[in-house]
Parts: sequence; structure tokens; C-alpha cells
Amino acid sequence: MKKTLNLEKFNAERYVQLENVDMTFTTKKGAFNALKNINLSIKEGEFISIIGHSGCGKSTVLNLIAGLMQPTEGLLFCAGREIAGPGPERAVVFQNHSLLPWLTCYENVYLAVERVFGASAEAKETKAQLKTRTDAALELVGLTHASDKKPNEISGGMKQRVGIARALAMEPKVLLLDEPFGALDALTRANLQDELMRIMAKSGCTAVMVTHDVDEAVLLSDRVVMMTNGPSAGIGEILEVSLPRPRARLALAEDKDYNHLRSEVLRFLYERHAKKVA
Amino acid sequence: MSATSISKESLKVIMQNKDTVVSKGDAMTTTENKGIVKVAEVRKSKPSQLTIHANSFLKWLIPPVFGILMLLAIWTLISHQSPNLPGPLKTFHSAVALFSDPFYDHGPNDKGVGWNIIASLKRVALGFGLAALVGIPLGFIIGRFEFVSRMAAPVISLLRPVSPLAWLPIGLLVFKAADPAAIWVIFISAIWPMIINTSVGVSKVPQDYMNVAKVLNLSEWKIVTKILFPFVLPYMMTGVRLSIGVAWLVIVAAEMLTGGVGIGFWVWDEWNNLNVEHIIIAIFVVGIVGLLLELALTQIAKKFSYE
Repeated sequence: MKKTLNLEKFNAERYVQLENVDMTFTTKKGAFNALKNINLSIKEGEFISIIGHSGCGKSTVLNLIAGLMQPTEGLLFCAGREIAGPGPERAVVFQNHSLLPWLTCYENVYLAVERVFGASAEAKETKAQLKTRTDAALELVGLTHASDKKPNEISGGMKQRVGIARALAMEPKVLLLDEPFGALDALTRANLQDELMRIMAKSGCTAVMVTHDVDEAVLLSDRVVMMTNGPSAGIGEILEVSLPRPRARLALAEDKDYNHLRSEVLRFLYERHAKKVA
Repeated sequence: MSATSISKESLKVIMQNKDTVVSKGDAMTTTENKGIVKVAEVRKSKPSQLTIHANSFLKWLIPPVFGILMLLAIWTLISHQSPNLPGPLKTFHSAVALFSDPFYDHGPNDKGVGWNIIASLKRVALGFGLAALVGIPLGFIIGRFEFVSRMAAPVISLLRPVSPLAWLPIGLLVFKAADPAAIWVIFISAIWPMIINTSVGVSKVPQDYMNVAKVLNLSEWKIVTKILFPFVLPYMMTGVRLSIGVAWLVIVAAEMLTGGVGIGFWVWDEWNNLNVEHIIIAIFVVGIVGLLLELALTQIAKKFSYE
């Protein structure tokens, strides 16, 4: 009895686990070692940001956790099980939203809901239940009014919201965000960041976000993982962000701790691991 | 005081009237000076919506009309040089006579031009339909699976350039009848564009969408119906359009060889009768029907496009 409790605790501490992960791509010019010896443990319910210069392989880390790629060496675990491939318990919010343009927002979300909750043999939900789930997900991101619109009829920010709704509707154990707000303007981005914080506080699920935005990383995260430059990129430093939640953007702008953390990340990126201008 | 208020009103009128010929800057300076008079003038010179439409329609119409007139001129010129070739006028009179009774039936070798067109369209529909039934799913499979694609590549590149009529003897041999052989020729020549365009479409599906499919763990059926099919549809419709063009192109030649009823056979029959007017009419008929088929399919393709 005691043993299983320990195991549970162990699993919660290392909910997502990367062990000695190496990733080498075979390109036309030969082998390219993108990631070298990545070790990372992510706690259950934690919000992690991965930050680094472009080309450092941060998206590769995310794709590995998503199961879209297999590591050349090393192991990845999620909730105590090895990650063998993509699965709905690790939902991804893609950088370019990746909504299917021929489906309405509702249908895009429904596609995910249907697969996760309507297809499993043991817990098959009715159509009405699936509809409720879809509506709830769209309501969560404030897009009930746009549910019958096609993606190219709504703004970039709204598209990304639908992408988030689709991911969250699957009730994932881990939410993976690949530069989710990178393509948005600053104001929309700030809005969505606030909304994401609110949603994550509500759902309490674990999140890993890839970003190149220092403010975004510090504002949203419990820990910021800073990556060194590629090739053979690794984890340079991990910064604990122990700012109390809920965090308010405006109050933090004047906050001493926040600004200190922010400059820590900046110093890492632009002093110790400055990217040489190509 | 009153003058200024009028000029303001007249400005409003001019602003609202987007189609006005008078430029806004011009109008502003003149209205301030002349007020009411100018408003009246502007209203008079305002072209109605109808005339604008008529104008743009005319502009759109003039080049093609010129093209056709040019064709007729060259035709007339040649027919003057060569006495055997009937000119446009003679052909037109003959066409009027012909189309006054397109659906007569005087036995198997003498039917109205309408029956011939319908017979050809039937063959094309059958051959083309079968080609679509086989070619589109085949294109999906080839595009979806690398192994099948590489398997099919040499076969397609070998068979595609073969002249459609070279397949006719094989058809005659296998089916032992002229009509199925003609349909077979249509089938084999119409299938390639559909296979190729569909498979190209499938192979162009963005990796993002396939990643979505992977993360959602979609079944192969859902991948096909929700991602591949909608994405590939425009590509497929291009293939279908090319195919129907080829099919209509080939039917004339195939029917010349197989005989029976059909526009191709009719051309050959009129050649034997030395009725050159009818041959020229047939050329126009074939052209116009082909154009209509193309137009119809373009409209359908537009309907199905998700953009």
C-alpha cells in the first residue's frame, strides 16, 4: 500500500520525463545532431516554457513529447508510460493553428471530441454529450458566437483560440503549445496569454510551451527551460518562476521579482548564448 | 449662409454617388462657387447603373467577337481560293436546314444530328464514368502509400503517352463488339489525368493537417473523409476536367473507326457523301459541346472548392 502511494508521488513529480534524449536528423548534407542529452522532469500541473533562439531545437523537444517524432536515443515518459506515438492525452496547439479550413470551428473541435470520447469502446458518449463538450470548449475560449464560421472567416487570434479549444476539449493530461501566439499581433497575444492563464488555472493540466518571447515565458510559466544554441543543443539553465498566481500583467510590469527573472532570461539569451548573426 | 448649406448638401450627394464621373476634388471647388446649378448638372451627367454594366459588357464582348470575325474572314478567304470548301454563308444555310429537324430517324445509318450527339455523349459518359470510378480511388491509394506510388510510376509513365486509338484493337479483341471497344478507348484515355491529379493532390496534403490527424489519432476512414478528400477535391476536379476534355477529343476518332451512331461516325458518313458543309458543322458541334462540358465542370468545381 505504501509502495503504490510512493509510486503515485513519484509519477506526479515526474509526470513528463525526458531521459538522455538525443535527436539526430538525416539530411541531404549528412547527419545533423539537433538535440544532445536532454534530461527534464515536468511535474503534474506544472507550466513549463522552453525558450531559445530559433533553430535550437525547442520545437523538436515538443514534437518528441507529442510523439510526432521518435528520439534517436533516450527515452520519454508521460504519466509513467513510455511515449510511443502521438495520442490524445498529449494535445498539441500548433503554431499555425492547423484548423481544417473546410470545417466550421464547431466541426473542427467536434472532430477531436468525437475521436476521444465518442469512439472508445468502454466509455462511448452519446451525440448530445459530445455536442455539450464541444460547445463547452468553444465557450471556454469565448467563441460560441463563431462556432458556425469557417476558419478563414475569423481573425488569427480567434483561429488560435479554436486551436486551444480543440486541444482542451480532448481533456489532455498534457497540453503542448508550439509558439501558440507567435503569429499574432502584440495586443491579441497579450489577451490570449491572459486567457490561457485563466484556462490553465481552471483545468489544472500540465503544459509545455515553446516560445521565443521572454515576457510570455516568464508571465505564464512555473519554470522556464532555456536552451543553448544548436547544433547539439541542450538545456542551458532552468529558471524557477515563483511569482504568486493569479498573475496580473500590469502589476507585474512594475514588480521587482518579475523584472529580475525577465532580465535573467534575457541575459542567458543575449549574453551567455547570444546567437551569432548569420 | 444658405449658399454654404446647399453646397454642403451637394457635396453629400456627390460623395454618396460613387459612380459619378466628375472627380471629387473638381466637384468640391465648383460646388462651392455655383451651388445649386452644379448639383443639377451632376445629377444629369450621372450615368445609370445599367449603362455602366452595358459598357463593361461591351468591353468584355469586343475581343472575342473580333476573334470570331477573324476566323470567319480567313475561312471565307480560303473557301474563295478552294471551290470545294463551302464558305460560312453556305454552311450556315445548311446548318439551319440540318437543325430544323435534329431528331429524325430513317433507319440505323440515317439519324438526325441530335441522335448522333446524344449517342456520342452516352459513350463518353460511360467511358468517363468508369474511368472516374477506377481512377479517383486509384489516385488516392497511389498518393497515400509511397510503395504503391513507386509501383505505379513506371506503369503510368509507360502507358500514358500511348495514343488512345492504339487501344482500340485491344478493345475490339476483348469485347468482340464496336460499342464497348469505343467506351474502352474513352476509359483508357480519360483515366490518366484523374489518377495523376488525384495522387498529386493527396501527396500535397500539408504535414500540419497530417500532424493533426496523428495527434487526434484519427482512423484511416476519418483521415480520408475529413482531411484528404476535402483537400484533394480541387485537384481531383482539375483531373476530371482534363479527362472529360480528352474523352470528348477521342470519341470522334474512335467512332470514325467503329461506326454505328455518333458524331464521329456522322462526320465519316458525311465525308463519304461528300457533304463538306455537314463536316464543318460537325466540327463546330464538337467544339461547342466540348466547351459546354468544360464550362459545366468548371462550375461544379467552383461549387466544391472550400475556399
